[in-house]
Amino acid sequence: MEGVQMNLISKDMLEKMPSMEKLRMILDNVKEGKIVVLESGLTPEEETKLIEMTMLEIDHDKFIGIEVESYPAREKKFLSKLFGKKQGRLTVIGPANRLKTLEKQEDVIKALVQI
Amino acid sequence: MGLMLALRRRFGFILKLFFKKDKMRIGIYGPPNAGKTTLANRILRDWTGDILGSPSDVPHETRRARLREGVKIEVDGKSLTIDIVDTPGLATKIDFQEFLKYGLEEEEARRRAKEATEGVIEAIKWLDDLDGVLLVMDATEDPFTQVNVTIVGNMEARKLPLLIVANKIDLPNASPARIKSAFPQHPVVPISALKGINIDSLYKAMAERFG
Repeated sequence: MEGVQMNLISKDMLEKMPSMEKLRMILDNVKEGKIVVLESGLTPEEETKLIEMTMLEIDHDKFIGIEVESYPAREKKFLSKLFGKKQGRLTVIGPANRLKTLEKQEDVIKALVQI
Repeated sequence: MGLMLALRRRFGFILKLFFKKDKMRIGIYGPPNAGKTTLANRILRDWTGDILGSPSDVPHETRRARLREGVKIEVDGKSLTIDIVDTPGLATKIDFQEFLKYGLEEEEARRRAKEATEGVIEAIKWLDDLDGVLLVMDATEDPFTQVNVTIVGNMEARKLPLLIVANKIDLPNASPARIKSAFPQHPVVPISALKGINIDSLYKAMAERFG
């Protein structure tokens, strides 16, 4: 069967992974043409680090970058806002030449995956 | 990430309450072609009579961050001195083939793409050295892009003041209201940096937000 492989990573697994390991895993999968779905998403700091790492690995031929689909993070309560890390919501990441955003709203993301 | 940097990011806003800077360093951020350099030029032309760089219709025209120090803005008797950093457009992908559509030769398009990737990294690095951000969005485009969501998330995580600029309101299909509803937790100022429309409201908002 032909198709695009999707890796769905649970919140539990993401919480156990250090940031760099998480980002490396995402980028390696995406460079292999896979779509990665993260149950709990990335923090804003991780998102910028992922963009930075992506820019370093663009080769202008086989890999032109990533497409990231995520919702804006929800506001947290006062104490967790002060001491906790801001955690993103469900996030889909794929190769830019395969994944295309069609429409994004606060709670709905519509995307197209090219096979 | 270093412990000191992490602490600075999390609790830096408390220090800022007690030790107010006499000069704020403000970064102009946004996706390519949102009008960042046009806005930087507008601010500089209005307050120093100078400009920072040349805008262009070809994406990623600004591929190096440009800093202009000591720009004094005066609004309603209040004075604000800022350093302005015009940053390259942030993106998650850069395809040299896109530049071919603008008539660039392949070699030039590839060079521009390579410089653009370096520019994105430079723009991200600047986030650590800023006191506030003007996030420029094209009011004719969908505001829910990953770049916009990432910058807003970063400024919230760093507790730094953010002002969203809904640019290009001179165009018929502009919708600043769409930006306001996408990011209701932040102030949004609709302007046209090119035509200077509503620019005084932006200066007033900057004095309130960054002053």
